[in-house]
Amino acid sequence: MNRRLPAPWFVVLPVLLVALWHFAVDLRWVAAGIIPSPAQVLRSWHTWIFGSTTAMLSPYSGTWLDNVVYSTRRVLQGFGLAALVAIPLGLIIGWSRLAARLIDPTVQLLRPVPITAWLPFAIAVFGIYDASALFLIGLGAFYPIVVNTTHGVRDTNLLLLRAARMLGADTITILAKVVFPSALPSIFTGLRLGIGVAWTAVIVAEMIAVKSGLGYVLWDAYYVGRMDICVATMFSVGLLGFLSDRVIVWAGRLVLRWRTLEAHA
Amino acid sequence: MIEIDGVSKEFVKGERRVLALQDIGLRVAEREFVAILGPSGCGKSTLLNMVAGFDHPTCGTVRVAGEEIVAPSPRRAVVFQEPALFPWLSVMENVVFGPKTQRQPAADYRRRAAQIIEQVGLRGFEASYPAELSGGMRQRVGIARVLIMQPEVLLMDEPFGSLDAQTRMLMQELLLQVWERHHRTVLFITHDIEEALLLADRVCVMTARPGRIKKSIDVGIPRPRAIEVTTSPEFNALRRDVLALIRQESEHAAMAAAGG
Repeated sequence: MNRRLPAPWFVVLPVLLVALWHFAVDLRWVAAGIIPSPAQVLRSWHTWIFGSTTAMLSPYSGTWLDNVVYSTRRVLQGFGLAALVAIPLGLIIGWSRLAARLIDPTVQLLRPVPITAWLPFAIAVFGIYDASALFLIGLGAFYPIVVNTTHGVRDTNLLLLRAARMLGADTITILAKVVFPSALPSIFTGLRLGIGVAWTAVIVAEMIAVKSGLGYVLWDAYYVGRMDICVATMFSVGLLGFLSDRVIVWAGRLVLRWRTLEAHA
Repeated sequence: MIEIDGVSKEFVKGERRVLALQDIGLRVAEREFVAILGPSGCGKSTLLNMVAGFDHPTCGTVRVAGEEIVAPSPRRAVVFQEPALFPWLSVMENVVFGPKTQRQPAADYRRRAAQIIEQVGLRGFEASYPAELSGGMRQRVGIARVLIMQPEVLLMDEPFGSLDAQTRMLMQELLLQVWERHHRTVLFITHDIEEALLLADRVCVMTARPGRIKKSIDVGIPRPRAIEVTTSPEFNALRRDVLALIRQESEHAAMAAAGG
């Protein structure tokens, strides 16, 4: 294959989809006035980000960045909290058979309960505040991180554990210096899945449990019939989710440099 | 130094019970280099694991320096068949893992690490990662990281078994040199007759299933040795003896299998 000229194949499908969307609206394949055209979404999004020069007052004028910051902050806080609990817990569950028997069945039983089903509970306990959103985001991100960390710990090469023990390492040292680095690739897989769930959870939480952020705008815009803003919100969440995933992948590459060496060996 | 008395080991796999080792008695003197020679599946690695403290005998005792073994210890360092290096640590970090874990003073172990890395021929590779090294170089790191621990006993479990013939020969020579210098008590597991005779003061030939020590042979070849001794008449005579022992044993086993 020709590796010097990376053809921008990735743009083909998006361009086709946008074109399809454009003609579907333009040629009235879809009910008029319900689905906005790509151009209309772009204009509304522009106003939402930069504000309007005309005197027209709109709640969606220049408020994009504020809402992005609200949602991103919630995602980062909830996700950070989840990682802080899930990684040590996963290490313990993966390492100790007793801990696994004690904790793992409960985790596995609670895991299938969708975070959407936790919504009423969260609001009842935490009220319509940030705490509700953080609880839902944290809970959603927690499961993939804990499950993948546990898996990574259990995959640790027995020979490396023996090597560490004969070199005089105690259990704490083995967990920190052998098991944790060995499980890091799995942990990063968990973090990637976790941040994805966190973005899902933040939208759900903001739709119902708090009164700010992209999820709130999405639901609010739907109620007042601003489908153009709804679509712009969808794109915004998609972009943010994509970016945060890239950041984790990049951090993973940085931390797991030894692994890329292995792959090329 | 190493005292193995009446050791048997039985593994239970579901309904089946397999007697891996039967009534092993072995003494290794201080600074002696003993090779255990046996076919694969004779339980020789199990024997080494019990001396290391990774495994425990079903009956009998294993003592090192008079103490019964309960757990692994840096005083009984192991070189595994696979180098078992920490892939996320550089050569230097792998070598100092032991002393660092033992909280020895950094200035002290850094100096010793530099010396030992030089001795095993890895100078210039301190910052490399295991994935960047060849199989032979990885095993040198495996040897360096246990030498720095200054162990009472060096346990080597077919350390050159996964290397190609030429690299294996170089590593055997390297080990001879290193042993002349450090002169530790060594228990060396191998299935290679030449390797055993070249390296060891004494070769214990094991039988398969259940593993027993059939005979112990003194290798009277003077030290320091080099790879060239493998072509000498006395070396060939020893090799003939060991081969005869092994042939006798395999015929025995074949007859037993035929129901004789």
